[in-house]
Formats: sequence, structure tokens, C-alpha cells
Amino acid sequence: MRLLEVEDLTVRFGDSTVVAGVRLSLGAGERLGLIGESGSGKTLTALAVAGLLPPGAAVTGSVRFEGSELLGRRERAIAPLRGAGIGFVFQEPLTALNPLMRIGAQIGEPLRIHRGLSRRAARGAAAELAARVGLPDPERIVRAYPHQLSGGQRQRVGIAIAIAARPALIVADEPTTALDVTVQAEILRLLTALVEEEGSALLFISHDLAVVAQVSRRLAVMRAGRVVEEGPTLDVLRDPREPYTRQLVAAARATSWNPQETPS
Amino acid sequence: MTPVFLVRRLGLLAAALFGVSLLIFVLLRLLPGDVATIVGGVQATPEQLAVLRERLGTDRPLPVQYAEWAGGVLTGDFGRSMLNGVSVTDELARKLVVTLPLTLTAAVLAVAIAVPLGAYAALRQRAPDGAAVSALGQLGVAVPTFWMGIMLSVVFAVQLRLLPAQGFPADGWAEPGRAAASLVLPVLTLALAQAAVLLRFVRSATLEVLQADFLRTARAKGLTTGAALLRHGLRNAAMPVVSVLGIQIASLIVGAVVVEQAFSLPGVGKMLLADVGNRDLVKVQGTVLLLSGLVLVLGTVIDIVHRLADPRLRDTP
Repeated sequence: MRLLEVEDLTVRFGDSTVVAGVRLSLGAGERLGLIGESGSGKTLTALAVAGLLPPGAAVTGSVRFEGSELLGRRERAIAPLRGAGIGFVFQEPLTALNPLMRIGAQIGEPLRIHRGLSRRAARGAAAELAARVGLPDPERIVRAYPHQLSGGQRQRVGIAIAIAARPALIVADEPTTALDVTVQAEILRLLTALVEEEGSALLFISHDLAVVAQVSRRLAVMRAGRVVEEGPTLDVLRDPREPYTRQLVAAARATSWNPQETPS
Repeated sequence: MTPVFLVRRLGLLAAALFGVSLLIFVLLRLLPGDVATIVGGVQATPEQLAVLRERLGTDRPLPVQYAEWAGGVLTGDFGRSMLNGVSVTDELARKLVVTLPLTLTAAVLAVAIAVPLGAYAALRQRAPDGAAVSALGQLGVAVPTFWMGIMLSVVFAVQLRLLPAQGFPADGWAEPGRAAASLVLPVLTLALAQAAVLLRFVRSATLEVLQADFLRTARAKGLTTGAALLRHGLRNAAMPVVSVLGIQIASLIVGAVVVEQAFSLPGVGKMLLADVGNRDLVKVQGTVLLLSGLVLVLGTVIDIVHRLADPRLRDTP
């Protein structure tokens, strides 16, 4: 049994089909990079997996997580899986955090929801998680508010929230796109190291081939709502079959990046 | 909240109160009409009028008149009516026992109506009932307050005979039940008018929060949409609504003047309209100062509350 099996996933908003028959599969502890330009449907695919699509979206197909079908379930039945089974890291760390809530309460919330931890116990756990994601002075930072943190620190908070309840799958949706280049590398290293330690699977979404190649050995390329190519990262990069993938590789080379240097 | 902010905000309040008092005083002196001709009557000779003006103090230079009035206000003495010599402070106190319960109850009721209905309209934005609530809110904004008052009177007082349509017991709150009953329709009129405006802000604030990224994060942590809205949305949606509430106070007081007239309630608003007709400048300026002072003070309080509730504002000086 695979950890996550997505079959024939289709997402429609009114008359427009934004995800058209996507098929993805991820085993326990595996990593998959999902790449494509903006509007290709990669983010909506990830959101559809956990029932996080905005209202008005019509979803068909099949999403099985740990063997059980998620599509068509009521929100009350899917919500307990979010955070505990599937953790999310989002693109914009500032807007993804509640501006009026202390960092510690936000990091500890998944534990309060899924483990029934008391406020005090969750605060203690939040400080430990803050230390694990490399936030400086964790005891102080859990009492801070999001606007008092830097962009990189906020994304560390986002990662701490995602791993708090130790989910088997972490979905990271463009987690470094909103960050400075120097901070991007740190966050990427942190995310991959934590996924390694936890033994979680990772679905990593990006428009940046160079970033995806650093994170995962398997790659799926999305365009206009479909997966157009899938395979081991190195094979796809060295010998892209689809014209669109070739364009992506050429674009990445143009910014002086060499796929041969990618760790295998 | 920084002490600097508090000092600055209170300084601003004091400056505004001073500016308003000056403005009220000067504007009233620009009005045509002379209280002496009203006290003296149409048959008064110029000599009699001169004597009257001297007795009322209206013949003295304006700065002297202002200084005397403002000095008195600072010690709680709003002066004496030009028409009958009654203490304005006492008059205001007598009228406030009607106006304060009217406006405060209406404000609380307006919030109690607007917050759940506005949130409901936002949550059910695409459904017919949500759209109906929004439309009702729009209608409420468009309907004039006095017309709403008349309609409520026609239905509840004239047709159903449930409540008194007019007036207030002459002995005030001596019989609390009767006094309260006579305030029900006015409070309802004022509250509905306020609630309609507030509802639109609550609805748009809720819609904005529903689309916020942090609400998606809350759901990604394992909360249902409803639970996420309760735990993360409400406080965030409340921030813009609290700001609007501060601005709404002024329209609440204007509304009170209209409603007191429509229901013939012996409140501050009704007295103010009568005093304007009589050119009783000392009473008018005292009443207007009290009302604008109320708006400014409550506005300041809401500003400070807003600061305390929002950590992003708390840190800015």
C-alpha cells in the first residue's frame, strides 16, 4: 500500500478545468518534486489532496491516503487527518500566520488539536519545536507575534507547525519562493533535514527546477492541469522527453546551473 | 502600548476638545437672530433690548464671553439658559437620563444584530439566504431613520397596541417599567439603522478573513472551517469592525436627535432642536459641546482598545 495515491484527480471552477486527471503516487518516506509554471495546477493538486481548496471548487477522481479514500468525505471527517497525517508548509510565511496570535500558540496548536495537550504543555512543546527548527532564543520567540520575526524565521515557524504532530506526509508548497536567496538555501536544508529525521514523505512543489532537484530524486512535471512527465529527477533532467520539460531545463541552464552537479 | 502613544493620543483629545469648543462658540455667534428679541418680545423698544443684552452678557466682547464659558465648563458649570436662567448642567443631566439609555442600548443591540447576521451573510455568500441578509442590510441603510421610526410606531403601537408610540413618563424613571417600555421602539429604530451600516462592515470583514491565508493554515492544522473561523477568524475580523464602531458613534448621536424628535422623547436631542429655535446660545453650545465631546472621548477609548487588541499596532509609537 502506497502512502498517497492520487488518481484521475480533476478540479473545476465553474466551466474551467484547472487540474485535469492528475495521477501521483508517493510511498512512505519518499520524496516527490512537483514542478510547473504558475497556473499549471500544482498548488491546487496539493490543496485538493487534503480538502483545502477554496469554496466553489468541484473535485472528482480519487485520493487515497494510507489506503482510505479522502474525496467525497465531509470536512469533519478529513480535518482530523490534516496536521496529524498530512502537514502543510505554505508559500507566504507572513500571511500564513495569524497576526494576532503568539508564535508559541500557533506552533503548539496542532498538538492541542490532535493530542489534546493543555495550553501549558503545548507551549512547552512549541518552545522545543522552535529550537528544532533553529529559531534563536526559543523561549522568547514563542511569546512574539509574527510581525516581529524576519521572513526566514516566519518560514521556520511554518515548518515547525507542519512537523508538530509528526505527520507521515509533508506537503511544501513553494516554501522558499517568498524568501531572499540566501535564506532560501537555509530553509531548504532545514526542511530536508527534518523530513529525513522524521522519516516523513515529502511532496515538494516549486516552479524552480534547481530547487526541486536539490530536494527530491523523483520529479513530476505539470502543465495546464496535467502531469506531462514523471520519473527520476536525473533522468528527466538529462533526457527530457516532453518539449515543455526541455524548455524548463534550457531555462535553468541559462541561469548557469548544471544538472550534472545534482546529487544522485 | 507605549506611554508615548497614550500621552500623544490624550493630548490630541484635549486639543480636539478645545478646537471643537472654539468652533461651536464662533459658529453660533455667526447665526442670525438675537436671544434678546425673543426674551423681550416683538414689542420691546431698542432701549429695553439693550438692557436685556447687558443682563444676558451678550454685549461684551466675544473673547471675554468665550473665556467665561470655557472656564465654567472646565469646572462642570455649563452656564445658565439665556431664556429662563435654568442651570444648563442641571438641564443636561435631566435629559441625559433619557438619551444615554437610548443610545447605549441601541449601540449594544446594533452590535448584537449586526455581528451574527453579517458573519452569516458572509458564510452563506453564495446561498440565497446569505444574499437576502445582505440585501436586507442594504435596504436598512437606504431607509431614513425617521421613516423607520414611524413604521415601527404604526405597526407596534397603532396596529398591535403593544407599546407606547410617543413620549416618556413625566416622572422619569420613577416607574422603571413604563419608562423602559416607552424606550423600546426608539431603541429599536436607532439600533436597526446602526445595525444595517455595521452589518455591511461585519460581512466584508468576515469575507476578507475567510479568504485569509492564515485561515487555510488553521484548517491545515486540523481544524474544520467553522472552528478555524471561531479560533482565528473572529478576532481578526473584529479589528476593522472596531474601527468602524468608533466612527459610527457620531452617527449614533445624530440618529438619537432624530429619533427623540420622532418619538417625542424629552432627551438631549429634542431639547437641542428647541433651543436652536429659541436662539438660547448658552444652552445650545453646552449641548453641542457635550455631544461632540462624547464622540471624541468614545473615539479615543476605541482607538486605545484597538491598540491593545492588535499586537501590530501595539509596537508602533
